[in-house]
Order: sequence, then C-alpha cells, then structure tokens
Amino acid sequence: MSQNAPTAPTTPSGAAPLLVASGLHKTYGATPALAGADFAIASGEVVAVMGPSGSGKSTLLHCLAGIVPPDGGTVSYAGRDLAGLSDAGRSALRRGDFGFVFQFGQLVPELTCEENVALPLRLTGVGRKEAGARAAEWLGRLEVDDVRHHRPGQISGGQGQRVAVARALVNNPRVLFADEPTGALDSLNGERVMELLVSAARDTGAAVVLVTHESRVAAYSDREVVVRDGRARDMAGAL
Amino acid sequence: MKCIHGVYSLGMSISHTLLGLLEAGPSHGYDLKRAFDNHFGHDRPLHYGQVYSTMSRLLKNGLVEVEGTESGGGPERKRYAITDAGITDVGDWLSRAEKPEPYLQSVLYTKVVLALLTGRDAAALLDVQRSEHLRLMRELTRRKMGGDLADQLICDHALFHLEADLRWLELTAARLDRLASEVRS
Ligand SMILES: Nc1ncnc2c1ncn2[C@@H]1O[C@H](COP(=O)(O)OP(=O)(O)O)[C@@H](O)[C@H]1O
Ligand SMILES: [Mg+2]
Repeated sequence: MSQNAPTAPTTPSGAAPLLVASGLHKTYGATPALAGADFAIASGEVVAVMGPSGSGKSTLLHCLAGIVPPDGGTVSYAGRDLAGLSDAGRSALRRGDFGFVFQFGQLVPELTCEENVALPLRLTGVGRKEAGARAAEWLGRLEVDDVRHHRPGQISGGQGQRVAVARALVNNPRVLFADEPTGALDSLNGERVMELLVSAARDTGAAVVLVTHESRVAAYSDREVVVRDGRARDMAGAL
Repeated sequence: MKCIHGVYSLGMSISHTLLGLLEAGPSHGYDLKRAFDNHFGHDRPLHYGQVYSTMSRLLKNGLVEVEGTESGGGPERKRYAITDAGITDVGDWLSRAEKPEPYLQSVLYTKVVLALLTGRDAAALLDVQRSEHLRLMRELTRRKMGGDLADQLICDHALFHLEADLRWLELTAARLDRLASEVRS
C-alpha cells in the first residue's frame, strides 16, 4: 500500500494509512483555502475534521476525495497518487471506493428513497432487482424502511439524512466522506444519524472523514484533526 | 468573576499565577498583588497575606529567589525573582490540560492570559485543552451509546456542559490577537 509513497506517514494509531494528503495548497482567487495541510486516515478509523467556519474543512475534504484538484501537494489513496489518475479514473474511484454524505440536498427529488439508495449500484452496473434489494436492506439498517417508496420531498430532514447515509454506504465504500452530515438536524435526530452512521461504518470497516464544527458530533470520532487558517493539525500528539 | 475565586480558593493555581506574573521581571510582593488584581482579581482583590504566604512557599521550593531586601526588613521589602526551575514550572502548568469540570473557564482564562504575558503559545494551550475535553466527550458518547435512557440523560448533561466549555475555547482561540493586545497594553 502506501509504503511505496514518497512520504509514508503512519496514523497516530500506528496503522498504515489508506488515504494520505501532504502539503496541500488550494487558493480560490486571492483566498488561500488550504495552506500546507497534511492528513492521514487508516481503514476502520473515524477522524473528525474540526475548525471554525471558513477554515478550509470542506476544501480539504474535496481534495481528499478527488473532487477538487489541489494547487500543490499530493493526495494518495491506497498508495496511488490521485493526480496520476485520469478524470475517468478519479470518477470511478468516487463511484466505487468512496461514499459521500453532505449537509442536505443530495437526494434526487424525482426518485423514491429506495431508487436514490439504489442509484450508486445502478451506476456501477448492478441489475435493477439486486440494487433494489440491497437498497431496501440498507434503508432497514438506517431505520427508514418505512419511507422506501416516498420521495425526498415527502420525508423529514432526519429521515432524509438517514437515506443519504444508506446511499453513501450501499456500495461498501472504503472511505466515507461526511461534510456536516447533521448540520441541518436537531440534537436528537443528529445524534441518531451519527450513531447509525458510525456503527454502520464500523461494521463495514470503512474509513470515515467526518467534517464538523460541533464537538458533540466530533465525539463520535476516534481522533480529531483541527483545521485553522488552511493548515490541518493532528491533535493525537497534543497531549 | 466570582468563579475565579471559587477556583482560587483551592490554593493550587494562585502560586502558578503569581509565579507566571513574576516571569515578566523581578517584583515586590505589593506589585505582584497589583498585577494579579489588575488581570484576574476584578471585584475581589487578593489579600496581602495570601501573596506573602505563597511567596514564602515558592521560596522554600526554589521556584523564586530573593533578589534584594530593602532596609526595614519585613516581607513586603523583599524583591522576588523567578528561578529557572520556576520558569519550567510555569511552562509545565500552562501546557498541561486541566481536568474538565465546572467553572474551569476561570483557570483556563488565567492560563491564556499568562501564556500571552510570558510570550508562550496560547493557541497551543487551547488545543491541548480541546483534546482533553474531546477525550472525555468520546468516553461519555460511548457510554451513552451502550446505555439505557438514564445513562443517556446523565451523559447528555455532562456532554452539553463540556460542549459549552469547548465553544468558549473556540471563541477565545478566535480572539487571541485582540486579547494579546489588551493584556499587554
Ligand atoms: N468554490 C469556491 N470558490 C471560491 N472560494 C471558495 C470556494 N470554496 C471555498 N472557498 C473559500 O475558501 C475558504 C475555505 O472554505 P471552506 O473549505 O468551505 O471552509 P469550511 O468548510 O471550513 O467552512 C473560505 O474562505 C471560502 O470562502
Ligand atoms: Mg464547509
């Protein structure tokens, strides 16, 4: 794996990392969003990315996931430099190996919840019937099987986020990227979504990159990385 | 600022605070008291007695030394200076996370001000404390996930209080530059 990478850092737990970023820089116009950010996460780890609004958390997530190319620095996933992949290769990675949960607005409004969850499977060539069955199973795990046939506009915010988590995990991704997944929910719903998200990820062994500015959400992680002024600081060594 | 005295009555941090103030330069007991009251005393100033008993304990422990005594003799005539051991002691105290508990912010506030006054890294101090708070919050979250409703409610109470501390840490971190120029002026 990443033993061959130019820099082979380990995560604070000592495990070899699955996803590693070093020296990331990203500037939007005159705004430096990232100014030398490092990050590493191993399979099965849940890492909270914390920091004030505008500090560069989402930009870091977008670079790690190959959504946005950094201006400088490298991201390597399973030992491969993302910059060395073609656009098609990066898209395939995002569809096959990565899952995403955002704050809101990620479900396709014209599709039922079950069809939404089945979508990533359909995009990777899984047949309609099998995709539907696996989607139904994931909706059950997230305790929203009762809204299978509803459309996103007909369900609550908390239910919508559970459907989004089901959709993010249905492909068995090796990395789950969650950007403020509970940001639009009340405490009770947010908490339940976090419990379900983290326990489902633990079952599948996925690494979770959890962007949040809320400490009670970050408390579901194994460790935290704090982004301030575009730099990421791993707090495992702080004590 | 009543809570400051609630914590200072424990006696523990008053010596660290006086020691930290002394790091700026040698001082008489009276001037130390004034500096303390100025930064931390607010409506409840320190008693002279507390200053002198603290200084004699610090002297005995080798954390301060008497730099000179003016004629007249009494303790108020002594000019104290911090020793190398004293500087190390202040540094250790500032970089050590406090046990998360109610009214902690007064101790943390003191530490932040002293870090700024002595040119140490106040942001790092806040980071260390955040980690310590999150460590406890993780433990409570785990207990909550495995517990019954009573456990959940009890853990939630603690979690919301720790969250309040953390919000204060974040706000303070965002205002360090301003605080630095205020305490140094
Ligand atoms: N697509 C973009 N275009 C222009 N500026 C952006 C864009 N994305 C982020 N930024 C800027 O980069 C900085 C970091 O933003 P972001 O990564 O979204 O922070 P966070 O997620 O921590 O709130 C901010 O100043 C933001 O305004
Ligand atoms: Mg963001």
